[in-house]
Amino acid sequence: MAILQSHLFLLVLFAFFVSLVFAVIAREDAREQLKLGGLMFAGFLASAIVLSWLMYPFPL
Amino acid sequence: MRATAADETQTGALALLVVASWAIPGAGHLWLGRRNKGLVFLIALPLMFALGLALRGRLFPFDLSDPLVCLAALADLGVGLTYFIASGLGFGGGDVRAVTYEYGNAFLIVAGLLNVLVVIDAYDVALGRK
Repeated sequence: MAILQSHLFLLVLFAFFVSLVFAVIAREDAREQLKLGGLMFAGFLASAIVLSWLMYPFPL
Repeated sequence: MRATAADETQTGALALLVVASWAIPGAGHLWLGRRNKGLVFLIALPLMFALGLALRGRLFPFDLSDPLVCLAALADLGVGLTYFIASGLGFGGGDVRAVTYEYGNAFLIVAGLLNVLVVIDAYDVALGRK
């Protein structure tokens, strides 16, 4: 499947699973879990995109 | 101080809970009545592991001559019975030529490590720390 070869898609999928499990472990209330999970998921994606742009000029 | 029979029973039940929680992701939480949490782990972790296999990741062997491979094998094993079922069925050979090979390994290893965290969480819940 072509979609399973997309780095971005796999990154999103990985971030989703990790955020989900961490949020469910760390919080008891469903609302809190959603909040923490969403924040973590957004953090994963934002840091991946920022880091990839920072690495863009390399190798110089 | 000598342990009483009740203490020993409690320790035995706790050990069983930890083993069950490791063998089947989420089983510990289901046992403790945390149904929603248990179901999330029961679905998410084996699914993540299966995705790792579909991405042609490798189930690393216990090669003591290579510490990093050995650590990866330990992490893979963290997912419990799913690991043995997958390797018994011949999955997890890994295809280093596949574009998704490294992603597959990341999914497999992290699924195992997350299950270890889930086991620790179940242990904490059983002890009343959470």
